Amino acid sequence: MKDATILEENFPVDEPHEMESAASAAEEKISVATQTQLMWWRFRKHRLAMVGTLVVIAFYLVVLGADFLAYSSPEYSEAFRALMPPQSIQFFDEGQLRPFVYGLKGARDPDTFKKIYTIDTDVKIPIIFFAKGFSYEFLGMQLDRHFIGVPEGNAEESLFILGTDPLGRDLWSRLMYGTRISMTIGLVSVAISLFLGVLLGGISGLFGGKVDLVIQRVIEILRSIPTIPLWMGLAAAIPQDWDVLQVYFTITIIISLIGWTGLARVVRGRFLSLREEDYIMAARFSGASQMRIIFRHMVPAFLSHIIASTTLALPGMILSETSLSFLGLGLRPPAISWGVLLQQAQNIQTVALSPWLMLPAVPVILAILAFNFMGDGLRDAADPYGA
Amino acid sequence: MLAYIIRRSILAVITIIAVSILSFIIIQLPPGDYVSSYIAAQQASGNAAAAEAAENMRQLYGMDQPLAIQYFKWVTQMAQGNFGMSMEWGRPVSDVIGDRLWLTVVISLCALIFTWVMALPIGIYSAMHKYSFGDTIFTLIGFIGLAVPSFMLALILMYVGFKFFNASIGGLFSPDFADAPWSIERVWDLIKHLPLPAVVLGLAGTAGTIRIMRANLLDELRKPYVVTARAKGLPYIQAVLRYPVRVALNPFASTVGYELPYIVSGSIIVSLVLSLPTVGPVLLKALVSQDMFLAGTIILLLGVLTVIGTFLSDLLLMWIDPRIRLED
Repeated sequence: MKDATILEENFPVDEPHEMESAASAAEEKISVATQTQLMWWRFRKHRLAMVGTLVVIAFYLVVLGADFLAYSSPEYSEAFRALMPPQSIQFFDEGQLRPFVYGLKGARDPDTFKKIYTIDTDVKIPIIFFAKGFSYEFLGMQLDRHFIGVPEGNAEESLFILGTDPLGRDLWSRLMYGTRISMTIGLVSVAISLFLGVLLGGISGLFGGKVDLVIQRVIEILRSIPTIPLWMGLAAAIPQDWDVLQVYFTITIIISLIGWTGLARVVRGRFLSLREEDYIMAARFSGASQMRIIFRHMVPAFLSHIIASTTLALPGMILSETSLSFLGLGLRPPAISWGVLLQQAQNIQTVALSPWLMLPAVPVILAILAFNFMGDGLRDAADPYGA
Repeated sequence: MLAYIIRRSILAVITIIAVSILSFIIIQLPPGDYVSSYIAAQQASGNAAAAEAAENMRQLYGMDQPLAIQYFKWVTQMAQGNFGMSMEWGRPVSDVIGDRLWLTVVISLCALIFTWVMALPIGIYSAMHKYSFGDTIFTLIGFIGLAVPSFMLALILMYVGFKFFNASIGGLFSPDFADAPWSIERVWDLIKHLPLPAVVLGLAGTAGTIRIMRANLLDELRKPYVVTARAKGLPYIQAVLRYPVRVALNPFASTVGYELPYIVSGSIIVSLVLSLPTVGPVLLKALVSQDMFLAGTIILLLGVLTVIGTFLSDLLLMWIDPRIRLED
């Protein structure tokens, strides 16, 4: 009954008279398919998961090509260009497809001393592709080409498609670099969590008994402590004079300190249920060593589940870093992450006057959704019984 | 049943000890010991009696003794309600925290209640009308609740309130009541200000709980006893509400244990954005200025209250789930 529904959903049969032959052909195809193929077929059906995967891939392309996609140096600041609103891109110039932006004129309001910018329609700044700009290193090469830019190569002074921050730095370019740090900090923390989770969860599920009891209680204790106050306390102890890299790794360790518990539970559950399976028993009676049973027979059976759980754990890690940095206790300038960028949007006065400072929230939300959809799809695909 | 209660209370006590050790570590983390820092701060502000106070404090906290004894002395002081002095405020920690701790508890509980009140009917509706328009809409809202960090939601709501309604929506009290003594009017003022932070904090949890409720109820609805009830002529609504819902309710109590720490965590960061008078802003300030007595106390008290809340939810679970009650 169940197999029949799987078949039908995988291979919709539209012509009734062909049904029998089509069904048997499909059955043949499914019975010789490898595990990976079966998973891929199930995953492909999950449309949201496919979209999520594409978004995740796009994010990691940004991570790789942040230098290329940014058009201004992220640290280039100019006080008199502070808090410029985003320029809207005009795609057509005199009937032809030739994108450009209008220049901005800054002036001070004589009454409030507030800086106001007006659009100067006399100045047209053309946007060109593969433009020259600040130089950067990529795979050992010195490059200076950027995806977009201005003909004179000084995009720092004229192009602000997402506006500028209070120090006059270009938000778009900073967002590209922030993506690089925020997306990788999630990966590094999840890797540490995964290592701890698989190790302790594996030990717990494999040996059972007292060891299992102790590890399970430790997990329960860690999970019942409110995490943010704890993280805040630990993060606040990071010395002020540490460099960006040291802070980065300390933060990842602090975040994974608690993140491993969820993964350890999944691994333990899998080990416990697999231990009783007939094929594991058969392997044991055939004289296979413990190591061989674990790595040859058990790990392949739950690997896909672990991958799915890891994907679902990633958004939490990204969010933790963002929250800590938003509070000013996580990464700190000159490091750029989504949380560091959002820190500028912390108070309502700033946000009310310069709402574009909230824009770094968009990639945060997108990334969390994408990882969740992708993880859900992976989990469904990894489950051989869930049709 | 008794064994279950005893097991749970032992675990709660161990967790509280673990939290106290972690808080003590956090107090110890910054360079220099906290008594010296406190004395230095006092002397800087021209307090002549500082030297004498220093000697008393050193004695009280056993500063010249091993860490284990220091920890023990500190815990004893905490248990007696003596939380030490706040360096920055120059007042006892209990004075500084005061009402803020209880307001944190009130907000967290309201968020929890909001989560339940929303998730229960929506979960039942979604399971009964699987893949319907309403189900899809709720799933979508749920995903948004899951993906938008609570502090972002608070910020967006404040921006909307400011921009379109020209109203400030932060805080827990109107300006008139901010520093007033407790009275019926002040409580009423508080109640009027509670819904917004409760919604902001509860939304993420609501999304998760709806999904659990929906999945659980769907599993139950497939079971033969539901079919039997229907075959005997019980209306669908009753056949659902009377039996399967009661079984599916179980996770509501059992997830409080994870929900509560999460909400308390969230309340810290949301309080900063919405400028709520909870312990959140005080904790951040204390950590930034390394006022470790204050910070350590807040982390400890939050942990202890969360553990107590989790313990109570375990008792609640036992009460509604006969399978646990009748275990042995």
